Amino acid sequence: MAPVAAKPKLALYWAASCGGCEVAVLDTNEKILDIAAHFDIVLWPVATDHKYAGVKALDDGEIDVCLFNGAIRNSEQREMAEVLRKKSKVLVAFGSCACFGGIPGLANLFAREAILERVFDTTPSTQNPEKTRPQTRWAAPEGELELPTFYNAVYRLDDIVPVDYYLPGCAPPPSLVLKAVTAIISGQLPPPGSVLAPEKALCASCPRTKEEKKIKGFNRVHLVAADPKKCFLEQGIICCGPATRDGCEARCIAANMPCRGCFGPAPEVIDQGAKLLGAIATLVDSNDPAEIRRALAGVADPAGTFYRFGVPSSLLRVARCAAPGAPGKEAMAK
Amino acid sequence: MTTPETFEPKIVGFLCNWCTYAGADLAGVSRLKYPPNVLPVRVMCSGRVEPELVLKAFWEGADGVLISGCHPGDCHYIEGNYKTLRRKELLDRLLEQFGIEKERLRLTWVSASEGDLWARVVTETVEAVRRLGPLGRTRDRLQSCDGILAADLPAGGCCHGEHPAAEGGGTGGR
Repeated sequence: MAPVAAKPKLALYWAASCGGCEVAVLDTNEKILDIAAHFDIVLWPVATDHKYAGVKALDDGEIDVCLFNGAIRNSEQREMAEVLRKKSKVLVAFGSCACFGGIPGLANLFAREAILERVFDTTPSTQNPEKTRPQTRWAAPEGELELPTFYNAVYRLDDIVPVDYYLPGCAPPPSLVLKAVTAIISGQLPPPGSVLAPEKALCASCPRTKEEKKIKGFNRVHLVAADPKKCFLEQGIICCGPATRDGCEARCIAANMPCRGCFGPAPEVIDQGAKLLGAIATLVDSNDPAEIRRALAGVADPAGTFYRFGVPSSLLRVARCAAPGAPGKEAMAK
Repeated sequence: MTTPETFEPKIVGFLCNWCTYAGADLAGVSRLKYPPNVLPVRVMCSGRVEPELVLKAFWEGADGVLISGCHPGDCHYIEGNYKTLRRKELLDRLLEQFGIEKERLRLTWVSASEGDLWARVVTETVEAVRRLGPLGRTRDRLQSCDGILAADLPAGGCCHGEHPAAEGGGTGGR
């Protein structure tokens, strides 16, 4: 297709993600026509059939805006991150995976070998007696085939290349997408490095009634019928609102589901999970160590709950990912 | 290369102003001998030590963290130390999920009159962490590519491995 010189170029890309972020752009409904009318789309895997070669053939900086979703888990994703950085004037980390590591980032709680073993050997539906593993190179009669390398850890987009803006959310809500695109079209963008979402915590715009927070134990949301008017935390249901950035329009809260933290750390918060842990633990209304322990046993999976979307952003983010053979703490302890 | 014989643990100590810091002072004026591995940080209350500070200490290269406050019931702010107790319980489990031994984080109560107890607590903590060995600075693992990122990231290290927010920038970018 012949590019129209007057139209700015837009690229969308997905790396380690579910694809929901690309669909979120379609959720702008009829406004998508405005986007399509205003931009010349050069890459959008979920919706168009552009090839990598076409993108690589562009001049550096020729793409005006790239909305990049997904974390970096393998060498193909890194290559495309580097290509798109070079070809784009403005690179936006689009969605929680690109911003913080997202759900794929939870894999950083496990070493690479443990993940491969699980996937290729021990899942109930797997039969692999030869313990076959995917190879990155394979000589076929037609020529050598190449597959991407699976990395030791999941990285955020800005661990790999510099990023201009962050648009969090799983997926980013259409209102923020539209606001960001409008800002880009009109050239009224905030300073580079900004998060294109409100500068407050979710609790600030949560419509629920908040009183004193003192609980004796934790409830899980699938086991109780939550009061739709009352703060989740006061009902003993873990809600990530206190340490999570606002901007989602409290979509989950409105559906009587607690916040899961997809918008990442609230402004001025360094480590979302640690902040949440501090807020949640102190809710327990007891000074007795045994009683405190019993109550907190109700928090089923602290790392997965407090860092659901941000293990690769945690201050501990790669503690589990030591490469095999590297002198690790286990070796020292012996 | 550090060996178990030459390894000197670096431990960050968060000491409450009203009890343990005074207790540590007493250990000093009493000329008690104990290992110099704890770097004390005076805070107004052990309840002020949010989990973020503990993780940041590990990020910056601490091999262990020691939080010490007033005995239960003696908190200058009535119940700050109980809040620390609750957080410690959950923090232990979080650290284990990340592969960090919970023995690297210790919470003790030392009053202003217990200089000898402080010397004992420090000695025990240093020995426990010495047995565990170095934790390795998370930041170094990202930057110096000591095996994790050597395979994964561009040659010459990754200039974005820094955690800008952790450096005090606090842009809230992530």
